[in-house]
Amino acid sequence: MNVHEYQAKSLLKDFGITVLKGKTAKTVNEAVEAAKSLGGKIWVVKAQIHAGGRGKAGGVKLAKTLDEVKAHAESILHKTLVTHQTGPEGKEVLTLLIEEGCDIDHEYYAGLVLDRGTGRITFMASSEGGVEIEKVAAETPEKIIKVSVDPAVGYTAYIGRKLAYGIGIKDKELVKKASKFFEGLYNLYVEKDCSIAEINPMVTTKGGDLLALDAKLNFDDNALFRHPDVEELRDPTEESALELEAHEYGLSYISLDGNIGCLVNGAGLAMGTMDIIKLNGGEPANFLDVGGGATKETVQKAFGIILSDKKVKGILVNIFGGIMKCDIIAEGVIGAAKELGVKVPLVVRLEGTNVALGKKILNESGLKIIAADDLGDAAKKIVAAVKGEA
Amino acid sequence: MAILVGRDTRLITVGFTGKQGTFHSLQSRDYGTNFVGGVTPGKGGTIHEGFPVFNTVQEAVVKTEANAAMIFVPPAFAADSILECIDMGMPLVIAITEGIPIVDMVRVKAALRGSKTRLIGPNCPGIITPGECKIGIMPGHIHMPGKVGVISRSGTLTYEAVYQLTQREIGQSTCVGIGGDPVNGSNFIDILELFERDPDTEAVIMIGEIGGSAETDAARWIQKNMTKPVVSFIAGASAPKGKRMGHAGAIISGGDDTAEGKFKVLEECGITITRSPAELGQTLEKVLKQRS
Repeated sequence: MNVHEYQAKSLLKDFGITVLKGKTAKTVNEAVEAAKSLGGKIWVVKAQIHAGGRGKAGGVKLAKTLDEVKAHAESILHKTLVTHQTGPEGKEVLTLLIEEGCDIDHEYYAGLVLDRGTGRITFMASSEGGVEIEKVAAETPEKIIKVSVDPAVGYTAYIGRKLAYGIGIKDKELVKKASKFFEGLYNLYVEKDCSIAEINPMVTTKGGDLLALDAKLNFDDNALFRHPDVEELRDPTEESALELEAHEYGLSYISLDGNIGCLVNGAGLAMGTMDIIKLNGGEPANFLDVGGGATKETVQKAFGIILSDKKVKGILVNIFGGIMKCDIIAEGVIGAAKELGVKVPLVVRLEGTNVALGKKILNESGLKIIAADDLGDAAKKIVAAVKGEA
Repeated sequence: MAILVGRDTRLITVGFTGKQGTFHSLQSRDYGTNFVGGVTPGKGGTIHEGFPVFNTVQEAVVKTEANAAMIFVPPAFAADSILECIDMGMPLVIAITEGIPIVDMVRVKAALRGSKTRLIGPNCPGIITPGECKIGIMPGHIHMPGKVGVISRSGTLTYEAVYQLTQREIGQSTCVGIGGDPVNGSNFIDILELFERDPDTEAVIMIGEIGGSAETDAARWIQKNMTKPVVSFIAGASAPKGKRMGHAGAIISGGDDTAEGKFKVLEECGITITRSPAELGQTLEKVLKQRS
C-alpha cells in the first residue's frame, strides 16, 4: 500500500527524522491560508499523488509571495499530472502540500529496501540525490553505498557512520545527525512493516540541518492487519475501484489494457494464462486469481467484476482444481451468467478435483460455453472467438 | 529415493485442528504419508481425527519422533511456529501459509542460518514424492512416480506441469513448491543441488516468475554445476511493471527481473526454455528423447 508524501513525513517525524513544516490544502484558499500560517518568505507548493516524477511534470513549484502560492495552487490543483509512474492516463491532483522553504547545501539519496538475495533489509545511500536512483545504479553504481542489517542485531551506530562517510558527509555534527536519521528510518521500516522507504532527496542545509525533503513509503500489504493506523492512511481515490472491490472478496485482480477477461485459480497460472493468450495473438484484459478457498459467491463476484469491464470482448475461465473444486467453479460461472447475462464468447477449461461433475454442471446449464481440453486449446479458442473466427 | 520426503518421513502438522489443517493432513495421510500427529496450543492431550494433539512442537517431536512439520498456522502467527520448529531442530519444515509479513520472514531467514532446519515455502503448495509421500495441498492423483524433478514458485502452474507430464506417462521423482513470497526458506539452487545429486532424477522442470533474481542466479549455477537437463518457463511475460501479480514476490521492480530478462539469461546458460506454459510436458519429452 502506498501513502502520500505528507502522510509519510508525519510518520518520519514520529520516528525522530527532521522534516520541513508543512500543511495540506484541498482548495486554493486553504493553500494561501496554509502559507500564511507557516510564515516565512518562501514556500513550496507540492502536488500529492501516489507517483514519483512530480517535479518534472509541473507538480512541484516554488513561491516567493503569497500571490505566487495562489497562482501555483490554481495551476496544480485538479490538474492531471502525467509522470513516468502514473501511466499515460495520469493522475488528478486533489490535495496540495504547502511547505516552508529551505536553503539546500547538498542533496543525497537514502533508502531502505528488502534484499531478496540475502533476505535482509538493506540500506542504500548515495551522494547523488534528487535524481532517479535507478539511473545512478545503471550509470555510476560505485556511487551507491549498501549496508544490510542483521535482524538479530538490529541497527547499530557504525551502520550510520559507514553510510554517512560513504556518501561524503564529513562534518562531525552532520554525521551524528545522519546516523540518527538512518536509525529512525530503520525503526520506522521494521516497526511499521514497510516494503520500501525512500528519501530522495535527503538534504543538508546551509544552516547545518539534515532533513527529508521528499518521502516515499510503501507498506507490506500482508502486515496491514497489525497496523490499523497505517490502513487509515489509505486514499481510495488513488486506487482502482474494481481492484478494491475485488480485494474485499479475497480476489486478486489487476486491470490491464486488453479485451480477453481471465478467471483463473492461482497467481502463477493466472499469469501463465495471460502469457499464453498473448502468445496466441490476443491481449488479456486482466489478471484475476480467485484463490484456493473461493466459494460459489466469490466466483460469481469475480465474474461480475470481469463483466463490468467494458473492454472485455471474451472470457477465458481456466481452473486447475487443487483445493478449488471444479463443480464450485461451474456453479459460480452459471450463477453469474444467469444473473448478469453473458453476451461475449466464454471459453471454459476445467481440470483437477471434481472435474467430471464440473463439466456436467456446465453442459446441463444450457449456457453457450466453448469447452476446451487443455490450456493451449483454451487460449487458441478464446483468441479465435474474440477475433470472430469461431 | 527422490529428494526431501519419502517413506521415512514422519509428519506432524502445526495448526492441525483448524479446518484447512485437518483437511490437508487427512488428505496427506490418505495418500500414504506417514502422518503421526499435530500441534495446536491449548488442545494438547486430546485426540483429533484419531491422531494425538500436542501443545508444543517439542512435545510432539519427543512423543512421535516426527522429522517433518507442515505449517497451517494463520499468517499472523506462522513465523512464530516456524521459529518453534527451528528451535527443535526439525529437519524439514513446509510452510503452506500465505500472507506472512516480510519483516517476520526476515527474522525467520536469520534464524535458519546455521540451524538444522530446511524450510520450504512459505506461500507454497508443499512437496510430493509421488507414490510415497505428500505434504501439502496439491491434488495427489495427478502425479505419477518417475524420474523428473519439478521446482516452482507457483502452485497451480506446478499442477499444470505435472499434469502434462503424467498425460505423457512421464513420472516425477519429487515436486517442490518453493513459494511465491520474496523471502523464502529454500531457493531454486538449494533444490537443484538435491536433484543433481539424486540418482532417481534424470531431468528437471523449473518454473519461475517475474520479480527478484532467483531464476537468473539458478541459471548461472546450472551452467556451472548441473549435468542433468533443465526445462524452464517464467510466468509474467504479459505483466505490467510495478504491479504485484497475486504473489507477494511477483512484481517487476526494474532491471532484469522481467520474464524476458530471465528467459534471456536462462537461454544464455544453455537451459531449454518454453514461452508457453502449455508446452512444458512436450518440451521436456523432447529433451529426454534427444538425450537417449
